[in-house]
Amino acid sequence: MSPSLATVSYIGATILFILSLGGLSNPETSRRGNLYGIIGMTIAVLATVFGPRVTMAGIPWIVGAMVVGGAIGLYAARTVQMTQMPELVALMHSLVGLAACLVGFASYIDTSIVFTGAEKAIHEVEIYIGILIGAVTFSGSIIAFGKLSGKIGGKPLLLPARHWLNLLGLLVVIWFGREFLNAHTVVDGMTPLIVMTAIALLFGIHMVMAIGGADMPVVVSMLNSYSGWAAAATGFMLSNDLLIVVGALVGSSGAILSYIMCRAMNRNFISVIAGGFGTGGGAPAAKAGEQPAGEVVAVSAVETAELLRESKDVIIVPGYGMAVAQAQHTVFEITRFLREKGVNVRFGIHPVAGRMPGHMNVLLAEAKVPYDIVLEMDEINADFPNTDVAMVIGANDIVNPAAEDDPASPIAGMPVLQVWKAKTSVVMKRSMASGYAGVDNPLFYKDNNRMLFGDAKKMLDEVLAALKA
Amino acid sequence: MPLTIGVPREVFPDEKRVATVPDVVEKLIKLGFAVSVESGAGDAANFADDTYRATGATVVGDAASLWAGSDIVFKVRAPSPVEVDLMRTGGTLIGFVWPAQNPELMKQLAAKKATVLAIDSLPRQLSRAQKMDALTSMAGVSGYRAVIEAANAFGRFFNGQVTAAGKIPPAKVFIAGAGVAGLAAIGAAANLGAIVRANDTRAEVADQVVSLGGEFVKVDYEEEGSGGGGYAKVMSEGFQAAQRAMYAQQAREVDIIITTALIPGKPAPKLITAEMVKSMKPGSVIVDMAGEQGGNCELTEPGQAVVRHGVTIIGYTDLPSRLAKQSSTLYANNLLRLTEELCKTQKEKGDGTIDVNMEDEAIRGLTVIRDGDVTWPPPPLKVSATPQAAKPAAPVAEKKSGHGHGAGEPMSAGSLAIMFGVGAALFWLIGAFAPASFLSHFTVFVLACFIGYMVVWNVTPSLHTPLMSVTNAISSIIAIGALIQVAPPLEGVAEGRPSNWILGLAVAALALTAINMFGGFAVTRRMLAMFRK
Repeated sequence: MSPSLATVSYIGATILFILSLGGLSNPETSRRGNLYGIIGMTIAVLATVFGPRVTMAGIPWIVGAMVVGGAIGLYAARTVQMTQMPELVALMHSLVGLAACLVGFASYIDTSIVFTGAEKAIHEVEIYIGILIGAVTFSGSIIAFGKLSGKIGGKPLLLPARHWLNLLGLLVVIWFGREFLNAHTVVDGMTPLIVMTAIALLFGIHMVMAIGGADMPVVVSMLNSYSGWAAAATGFMLSNDLLIVVGALVGSSGAILSYIMCRAMNRNFISVIAGGFGTGGGAPAAKAGEQPAGEVVAVSAVETAELLRESKDVIIVPGYGMAVAQAQHTVFEITRFLREKGVNVRFGIHPVAGRMPGHMNVLLAEAKVPYDIVLEMDEINADFPNTDVAMVIGANDIVNPAAEDDPASPIAGMPVLQVWKAKTSVVMKRSMASGYAGVDNPLFYKDNNRMLFGDAKKMLDEVLAALKA
Repeated sequence: MPLTIGVPREVFPDEKRVATVPDVVEKLIKLGFAVSVESGAGDAANFADDTYRATGATVVGDAASLWAGSDIVFKVRAPSPVEVDLMRTGGTLIGFVWPAQNPELMKQLAAKKATVLAIDSLPRQLSRAQKMDALTSMAGVSGYRAVIEAANAFGRFFNGQVTAAGKIPPAKVFIAGAGVAGLAAIGAAANLGAIVRANDTRAEVADQVVSLGGEFVKVDYEEEGSGGGGYAKVMSEGFQAAQRAMYAQQAREVDIIITTALIPGKPAPKLITAEMVKSMKPGSVIVDMAGEQGGNCELTEPGQAVVRHGVTIIGYTDLPSRLAKQSSTLYANNLLRLTEELCKTQKEKGDGTIDVNMEDEAIRGLTVIRDGDVTWPPPPLKVSATPQAAKPAAPVAEKKSGHGHGAGEPMSAGSLAIMFGVGAALFWLIGAFAPASFLSHFTVFVLACFIGYMVVWNVTPSLHTPLMSVTNAISSIIAIGALIQVAPPLEGVAEGRPSNWILGLAVAALALTAINMFGGFAVTRRMLAMFRK
């Protein structure tokens, strides 16, 4: 295949990737979008393999690596449970990061490409930055994976003077970067490169360790973004436009998702990354100051079933608790039963419900809940006053009225689902413990609120049994 | 010394309601009061003397001794002159009084040095007063009962049916006035399956009409008719002409008309003329709920049901009394809430005393006579919750964008300028130092970022997880980098190239990205297959 033909194929692949992302604008076209992505990837790989930069000697290696990797990937894709999607996505980000590092190192030790002057400097900067981003993505994603799968505790780990540590790391990285550029031989340059990689890995670990459970959606989308920038940096390093374009697409996609998640929590990106909620003593003070007045009214599963049976309009607000308890199938059973009885059941999804963007939508889709009754916060918030029962399943901060009423609250200004405006709200929770933000929820003390304590799955099973009885 | 609350039997002809019910007696006793009930007071509303006794009330044989032994008397209807004579000097009376319509009664009560709380004078616009609002609860009962009366007099089903014996069209009901009674009637008629239309001079009730299953019929004329205190006001001549035309039109079309139009202190507006009645289909029904104030229909005979031009015109003035058990229960609860308000300043909880606190706006409004001094009409409320007459046209212009949250509002000019400044400085730096080959890549990079930005904002939030997994799969394009390192064509320059190292690294990278590539696309596919309507 001639170089021009390969380039044209790359352009085709690029267009297909853009169409692929564009297809996700609605569920109807999304399947085709994924197909475009697959075709684009196939074209890109084939054009490279049969292009001018790969000789026949490499084919067995390539086929071998692809078969091994592909088999593992397909196996993982087939067996993963939908509740584990965040973990899987995080793990996959780490692979991209690691691959970017490996490609960077390989490119550095490759002496067959010779640059001089400014081009050499730029090339080396590209390698340096490519490896840096790759390493941060890799270690950060591994930690995110550990946190999401529960292998590492979800509590933010806050080292003393952590911001200074990060700054110090950055300075060291810059200093070694200078050393690296001044190195004349590959061997000389290796030491700074490896030291930098180590620091980058530590930085990735430290960054994600400092972030708590409910901020994970931001972290996952941020790592998504990083994996894209790593690909783009590799593209610069190898002078490959396809890599640059795709990296930029993925990078901006992840950045936008992070931005959406931050806005949904009314926090700025820097403060999420800097870690810790309401950094400092602000949160506990506010908590002690105002204990919501009123009584908590607990109900049984049977009473909940009765409430549901007598209502005409029900909105279900799922949260991470539903994912943990794997209760989505029972939720769907209840939904189906009520809809058959003519009850208008809908779902209200907060943008940061769950552990990654769109997590709840995927779980509900898995349980076969039709997507046209699953609505976004902005679409459904106005409907709560006409709703008979709002059922909150394993969510807390995203339905906290303090965000709107109490300017002193650490989550003040965060947009929330206004379940308290419904005639009755039922909150399913394991206990009275406060949510991730550590803020007491005045919703629980409202007159029209009922608490259904217990494991979401178990309680919902009981509600379903009571409904059918 | 706990006070005694007395509940006499209503003496007004055909009045079936009673001012308190056994459930409420219990609660009154908890507040510290003694309660005595005249024998037979609750009979017409299906509350037997024994039930009252069982909840702790004393049953007193005759009206005279009940009135004599009571510090506070709960009544439904305004007391008759005979009853006022029986009343203890300096006693308290709570019930409907209608001070504007009954000046004689007011004088008589004042002469008795009585304290009178007229439940009809409650300042209804206070949200705190809603629990005591007996007018509302009675109006709700009346609205419901009006529909039942109409159904009783109407010769057909309300709901449409298709049966083996033929098709039955649904009844069409028109409700004039969408106040509490009108809304209750809309709800009841809609629940029976009728097609319900309603009109009100206050445009803001249109939403409430629709929410209860009715259809709001507009008068083709621009004028706002909110008169304060939740009532409508008298409208202009032009409006009234347009309104008459609309009513004439509705009269020809519908089977049942229920009118609830009242303007405080004035005779009820005559909405339905004799002509309109004539134009109605034979067998149609008019329920005129304004009968007591003269009626909304010219042919209404207050208190009676008559047939005129083949149309049954019901002008009953005792609709709440026709649902005595329900209305008594609601009324009793309203009075209980009022009593609780009066007990708020009790020195000890449950010591059975009341305090007519004239500082309290709700109580001030209710009190029409205090210890023999007429305190009616009350001064206008300071904080009058005027119904949002002039709602700001559109509170917040709705953000309209792709999927609820598009690219957000435009930035402020200041931050935009800063953005441009920083961008320009960066571009200048790059342009000054970078070689040409870098710049072409950089161009591609910047443009691709923008395409990504545009495309991704269109992604629906419900697909954010698939978006992440597909972008993740796509980012395994990094495999290209590994591929070209595996076995590049080497033309003599490969002196000292650590080919084995490079091959190893590249193959490892390739295997890793392959996991991503296949796994990412496969899992996205699996996820998207689940999204269904």
